[in-house]
Amino acid sequence: MSHSETLILDRAAIRRALTRISHEILEKNKGTEGLVLLGIPTGGDFLAAELVEIISGIEGVEIPYGVLDITLYRDDLSHKTIRPLRKTDLPFSPDDRRVVLVDEVLFTGRTIRAAMDALMDLGRPRNIQLAVLIDRGHRELPIRPDYVGRNVPTSLEEEVHVDFDGDHKPFAVRLLKP
Amino acid sequence: MSFSHKHILGTRHLSPQDITLILDTAESFKEINARAIKKVPTLRGKTVVNLFYEASTRTRTSFEIAEKRLSADAVNIAASSSSVVKGETLEDTAKNIEAMRPDIIVIRHFASGAADYLAKRLDCSIINAGDGAHEHPSQALLDLFTMRQHKGRIAGLTVTIVGDITHSRVARSNLFALHSMGAEVRLAGPGTMIPPGIEKFGCKVFTAMDEALAGADVVMMLRIQLERQGRSLLPSLREYARFYGLNRDKLKLAREDVLVMHPGPMNRGVEIASDVADGERNVILEQVENGVAVRMALLYLVSGPAPENP
Repeated sequence: MSHSETLILDRAAIRRALTRISHEILEKNKGTEGLVLLGIPTGGDFLAAELVEIISGIEGVEIPYGVLDITLYRDDLSHKTIRPLRKTDLPFSPDDRRVVLVDEVLFTGRTIRAAMDALMDLGRPRNIQLAVLIDRGHRELPIRPDYVGRNVPTSLEEEVHVDFDGDHKPFAVRLLKP
Repeated sequence: MSFSHKHILGTRHLSPQDITLILDTAESFKEINARAIKKVPTLRGKTVVNLFYEASTRTRTSFEIAEKRLSADAVNIAASSSSVVKGETLEDTAKNIEAMRPDIIVIRHFASGAADYLAKRLDCSIINAGDGAHEHPSQALLDLFTMRQHKGRIAGLTVTIVGDITHSRVARSNLFALHSMGAEVRLAGPGTMIPPGIEKFGCKVFTAMDEALAGADVVMMLRIQLERQGRSLLPSLREYARFYGLNRDKLKLAREDVLVMHPGPMNRGVEIASDVADGERNVILEQVENGVAVRMALLYLVSGPAPENP
């Protein structure tokens, strides 16, 4: 099978998109009070770390962030190969916080459904928002993102990959066509 | 990385990769067990039958809690209060249970090979919770998990197992798993309690406990099964306690940071002195705590899609 590949975002473009998302998060939440980021592995946790760094550069405040593994909340246990679990790591209680879920690519929305269930089991956030680097469409659930890096229309056969370097910094978003 | 086992019958046929995946998965479940809401919906709608032909508090409770924390529906059957006492065979009992379409059967049985026997005859997943003097894989895996948690590794550890090796499924499952993960396994006990030829599985055998303890990273004491073979294989319990019981003086022969383990239930004053059982080197209750996470990992991993080559 031969792939044709398109570079959608390079390192600088990803950084610009994340910077804009950071400003939008601050604008919508009127600052950093009660704000926490929660990344969904793998990828979303690294992006959440990037956003924390950018927001700290803008506001001078280091907002808390954590990792939320959603594997145990998925609805396709008997369909997909078992993948190793990642550890959920929440250095804070989500109670009464404004929680921004961070994922790399928004596709069917099932991951986000699972993430919301997982989060609700850990506490009662004041609200849940969603930030994604790429929205590729094809939603199967009534879920929409609050912050989007780039909308990329895709066909179902295509794949979107976000690449991270050894320091977990994103450096490319690629569209793979079969 | 994927897990290709439909059943967990023993540790003998688990690869080092399988064992590492099970222990890594259990790490994640341990985090869930520390939460305020200790439940995830992963096995919602799955039915698990715990079929126990032998008395058990720890293992049965541990499996049941693991099942409930994964949202599976757990049903317990104790042989003493079931149709087994009316003379039904294991196979008939199992076929009848299977007709009610459980997804997993967790079985403990007094006959070695009972779990393998069911795995060949039933369609659902079988988890061996102890079969005769054969294997007790979930116990060995929680032991390895506890060792790894304290020592950061399994490979290169010296693990001394003391007691009635012949009749111990815990010793056997630990031997296979530890050997495959690269630990040095020493077995110690009276000659009547060491099966001939067990060195072939990659362990060293000692009849003098002092030699077996020298420089050990982990000492695992096995229960003398007073209700079973104990009496006929031993001249007296006092003599056994003197030669093979773990006390403070003997423990000094092991490494300073030694871990003292026991699969329970303990006979205080026989295989383990009370002050050692309550001493600062013991991780016996941690073993019990970790058992729930390890069993959750096993239930989760066998519930994946059916392997292509079962």
